[in-house]
Amino acid sequence: MNALKKILGIVWIGLGLFAGYYLIISQALPLWKTGGNDLVPAIIYTFILAPLITLGMSIFGYYAVTGEFNNEIK
Amino acid sequence: MTHKKQSLAYIISASSVGTLIEWYDFYIFGSLATVLSTKFFPTDNPTAAFLNTLATFAAGFVVRPFGALVFGRLGDLIGRKYTFMVTLMLMGGATFAIGLVPSYTTIGAFAPILVLTLRLLQGLALGGEYGGAATYVAEHSPDEKRGFYTSWIQTTATVGLVISLGVIMLTKASMSKEAFDDFGWRIPFLLSALMVLVSFIIRRNMSESPLFEKAKAEGKMAKNPLKESFGHKLNLKYVLLALFGATMGQGLVWYTGQFYAQTFLIKICNIDDTQANTIMVIGLLIGTPLFIFFGGLSDKIGRKGIMLAGMLLGVIFYRPIFEKMYQTVNLSNKEKVVNSEKIDRKITSIDGTSDSLLTTTISASYTDGTQFKKVIKVTKLADASKEAPKADEKTTLLINSSDRWTLILMVFFLISFVTMAYGPIAAFLVELFPTKIRYTSMSLPYHIGNGIFGGLMPAIATFLVTQAKDANKAAEEAGQAVVYAKPYLEGLNYPLALIGVCVVIGLIYIKGTGRHMAE
Repeated sequence: MNALKKILGIVWIGLGLFAGYYLIISQALPLWKTGGNDLVPAIIYTFILAPLITLGMSIFGYYAVTGEFNNEIK
Repeated sequence: MTHKKQSLAYIISASSVGTLIEWYDFYIFGSLATVLSTKFFPTDNPTAAFLNTLATFAAGFVVRPFGALVFGRLGDLIGRKYTFMVTLMLMGGATFAIGLVPSYTTIGAFAPILVLTLRLLQGLALGGEYGGAATYVAEHSPDEKRGFYTSWIQTTATVGLVISLGVIMLTKASMSKEAFDDFGWRIPFLLSALMVLVSFIIRRNMSESPLFEKAKAEGKMAKNPLKESFGHKLNLKYVLLALFGATMGQGLVWYTGQFYAQTFLIKICNIDDTQANTIMVIGLLIGTPLFIFFGGLSDKIGRKGIMLAGMLLGVIFYRPIFEKMYQTVNLSNKEKVVNSEKIDRKITSIDGTSDSLLTTTISASYTDGTQFKKVIKVTKLADASKEAPKADEKTTLLINSSDRWTLILMVFFLISFVTMAYGPIAAFLVELFPTKIRYTSMSLPYHIGNGIFGGLMPAIATFLVTQAKDANKAAEEAGQAVVYAKPYLEGLNYPLALIGVCVVIGLIYIKGTGRHMAE
């Protein structure tokens, strides 16, 4: 189980980075160009969801890779 | 400080009543968003309209984690009781003040600025309140009953929403539509002052949490809870685990079942507001006791399994349930009564201008009793060289009793998933962290999961549906095949993806055996 936790850590880092790319490049950028009401989701994607998911998942994944979650977790 | 002996029933009810009122305060803003936007924001100013949208859908949710940090820190430093008394007063004061803010026509741009500020205060207060109440009740509860006792706190959000919808419906029913639009909408806000006063009187006699007092007496208090919660790897990893393995999925299950369902019925299925709200209220009331059931069950079989099962059921059944809701009221599945269609056209002049408004009302009846009404408003400008605003279209369906009960059943299924994911979460979170940083550490993942991932869900999902419909429309106009077969379900992709990730993380990284709180 500990090996699986560590391997999946790489997946979480990758997923976090992919989510950041997807939210900003694929979703938010076209919305910024459109403007108007589309600015609301653009702001949500760029300044809230992308940093939160990318940073959070990357740190979580890093902890998983380094074995921080190997011990007993409640 | 001497710890007064108080019954658990008193502790739970005093904590729950205050939290319930805070949820009530938080939700009436959302439930009255349509009226508020016409009172506090100019409809012809895009910037102000943008501010309106931001304030209504996002601001109150986004600041919740900041409230969790500010008040969580206070709660870990000076005590749980005093902190959630402050959050109660802050929330009550902000809500009451919204009811007093003069309209945009009276004070101009100050109106939206004041409302946004007060909405931010509401979000901050809520961010501090929940963690305090949950921690307070949990620290009074024995290990073997903590899930059951804290589940009462978990019911408050749902009951708060039901009361807010109930108060609004009662206020509307007690006066004409014009009177409600004129001043009646202020009543639910002003009523908050009375509710907060009652809750303050009940809460002021509460004593401090025994675990907090013990930690204080033994000098085990955190000097800087924020640094200890998030600056130490040991605690930060638990905060991240709580977020990505539990509260992110739980928040999305909650907001999909309880709030997006309402948005879906009104905005996507076009069901009449009052009918849709009645369906939600009945579904919520039938489902609410399950919070207590699953909270209690988590004391016996563990928190993790129940929470993850609620999330997994959401992943599996969201699409079929929302599809059923859509098809239940889909007019293409119904037969129109012959010659029932009526079209009425009316031209009125727009005050203060030489422009006019053409209102076309189309109504029809269906053999199963469904009533259809579509109102199209087109502004005709006197100056033909100017670009007229987009036509405003609103479709409303009044559905029959059988369809109503089908929808209530679907809402009940959604709420039952919510109760599984949300019922045991308070007990789960408080058990993850030691007393000295509990308030801060449990509040942050809770409010990021619920306030940000969950709270923004209805707005994001509605946007995704609109985007899918626009893509289909553009494809049709270009003579191509539609891009999305079921555009109305596209909004579910956001919660489904994140809940799926949360289930996997929770399953693998959370052991789920701990039911003892660390000191």
